[in-house]
Amino acid sequence: MSYYAGIDVGSLSSDAVIVDAAGGIKGWAVTETGAHSTNAASAALDKALERAGLRPDQVAYTVATGYGRAAVPQAGKKVTEITCHALGAYTLFPEVGTVVDIGGQDSKVIRLGENGKVVDFVMNDKCAAGTGRFLEVMAAKLGVTLDDLGRLSLGAEGEVAISSVCTVFAESEVVSLVAKNQPIPQIIKGLHRAVVNRVAAMTGTTGVREQVIMSGGVAKNAGVVKLMAERLGVEISVPDEPQIVGALGAALLAAREDAV
Amino acid sequence: MSLSDKAKLQFMKDLGFPALASLQKAMRGKRAPRKANPDFGPPLKCTARLKEIMTRHYYLARFAPGAKPVAWVTSGAPVELLRALDFYTIYPENHGALCGAQKMGPELCQVAEDEGYSADLCSYARVDLGHMLSGKTPAGKLPKPDLLFCSNNICQTVAYWYKVMAHRLGVPLVMFDTPFNYTEISQDDIDYMVGQVKDMIPVLEKAAGKAFDMERFIQVAELSRAASELWGQCLETMKARPAPMTIFDAFVHLAPVVSLRGLPVAREYYEILLAELLDRARSGIGAITNEKKRLMWDNIAIWYKVRDFSELFASRGMNFVAATYTNAWAETIQHLDMSQPLESLAKTYSLVILNNNLEHRLNLMAKMVSEYAVDGLVVHSARSCKPYSLGQYDLKRLLSERLGIPAVVIEADITDYRYFSEEQALTRLEAFFEALEAA
Repeated sequence: MSYYAGIDVGSLSSDAVIVDAAGGIKGWAVTETGAHSTNAASAALDKALERAGLRPDQVAYTVATGYGRAAVPQAGKKVTEITCHALGAYTLFPEVGTVVDIGGQDSKVIRLGENGKVVDFVMNDKCAAGTGRFLEVMAAKLGVTLDDLGRLSLGAEGEVAISSVCTVFAESEVVSLVAKNQPIPQIIKGLHRAVVNRVAAMTGTTGVREQVIMSGGVAKNAGVVKLMAERLGVEISVPDEPQIVGALGAALLAAREDAV
Repeated sequence: MSLSDKAKLQFMKDLGFPALASLQKAMRGKRAPRKANPDFGPPLKCTARLKEIMTRHYYLARFAPGAKPVAWVTSGAPVELLRALDFYTIYPENHGALCGAQKMGPELCQVAEDEGYSADLCSYARVDLGHMLSGKTPAGKLPKPDLLFCSNNICQTVAYWYKVMAHRLGVPLVMFDTPFNYTEISQDDIDYMVGQVKDMIPVLEKAAGKAFDMERFIQVAELSRAASELWGQCLETMKARPAPMTIFDAFVHLAPVVSLRGLPVAREYYEILLAELLDRARSGIGAITNEKKRLMWDNIAIWYKVRDFSELFASRGMNFVAATYTNAWAETIQHLDMSQPLESLAKTYSLVILNNNLEHRLNLMAKMVSEYAVDGLVVHSARSCKPYSLGQYDLKRLLSERLGIPAVVIEADITDYRYFSEEQALTRLEAFFEALEAA
């Protein structure tokens, strides 16, 4: 039996997925990228193999994706995160029409055709607003963990508007809101709104076709997902592990590549 | 104009530059030739002649003051009026592209920014202001103008950029105001533009120190038309499969029709370029060796990336065979009609792509996609060029929907590479390649 690996080296996390020849997920891992993306890729792969109970030599082919894809020595092929996310989402949700992925340093909207083919995509421009990094910076400033953002915002009574679209200026805006004793959950909801508006604007150019899937680390934030669904006027489905959609797509491509 | 300056210019033209050029040629001959990249077909032979023409133009420019009236001109201005009065012309946009290709954009922009000009201004304007303030240029030395000549048919920025230069240099500014074409051009618009031409002639005559001669103007306009038509025919050779040149070549071979049109040398150059391209097309010689996909480019070139991009696309078997940008200097020339010289001049210059409505642009692009058998569209959203970049997302969406071709937008700038993010651009392009290859 041959196994296939997909490794997604992003700006914040490096993720790996191992699949068998039939595309079934055997193991996966999410690790921090840190300063050395080659090490991070290996660490993610080792962890995923360990969970799958497999040895490295049992992996027949590896595909790398993400911004650090060039620094993955194990990879036989490098494919962009657009193609990988589309395939990963299509495999998990065969009815998918739109993928909204909000990762650490970039966000993207991918519109898919009937057969899972990429019809159009948009990525954020040279700005961290509307990305996971934006929320990470703000969580640190507010003294809450990233994981708590969603829960806190869902309990907010009301919302404080964040006017700045720039991560750096929004940070000072948050400092001044805290100084004015604005409740933290309401500030968080305002921050989520800022991210959602930024990303939803990208759907204006691609169009939205249902079913809509959210992936990336930020999809774990229920507060953002709820606001996004309201903003787009659609229901949004989130995979159980939204961070591994890209790596899953890469692993599935590795399986295809080997079959060729 | 002094006799001795005229004699000096003539001497440099006849003896000085040819001597310099042969010296440079001899020096070049000693260097080892660059290793051929297997992704490309044989290079265009004309390139050497093009380099000579443009080097000569910039070299002789420094001897122009005193010998000829000197004007700095925008790329879309009706330069035929100046040529009839024998002006030596410098194109700051062409010079900006040169600075961009030499990767001097940020350095010159910074000079302008230090002087207080906004970093959000067009980088051609900032490079030009930076050059004016610092004297830095890869072209040796540019002559100070006696007159500035601009037309807002390409953007409104030029009106303010040239006003700043007129103020700082203390020279007259002549502007040709072209009403934007929302649906179709009216007789009132044409009358308004012809009126301006009539008003500006005495100002031009004063700066030139000679009288405007309609017959001379018509001769120049004919030369201009010939160069533009030949340029259009050069571009049309790219309909051949494989295309005999790439748009990256065309970005460079565009220089004479932009900055030397109306002079015999521009027409002569395009005659030899066209002959070479037709010959290549007939013999099946492609610009790239493995033309699998044919692409169209929208907007001005990313000057500091022309080489890298040309190699990247060629390595993937993708060739740019059409561009709205290179097409712009051929697109409206059919309006030029010497039975109505000034009226037709107004039409030719006011109906250019950047002064025309988006519906026109959409139809033009759709037509080019079908005529050049284009498989995909690369849209450069240029931070500098607002009129060109406005509406691009809609154009891209409509073209994708109507024609079913993949398209990608990359955000960059024409010369200021501080606004270019390599990794982001490459990821978009790679995803675009994957979509094209899957199609």
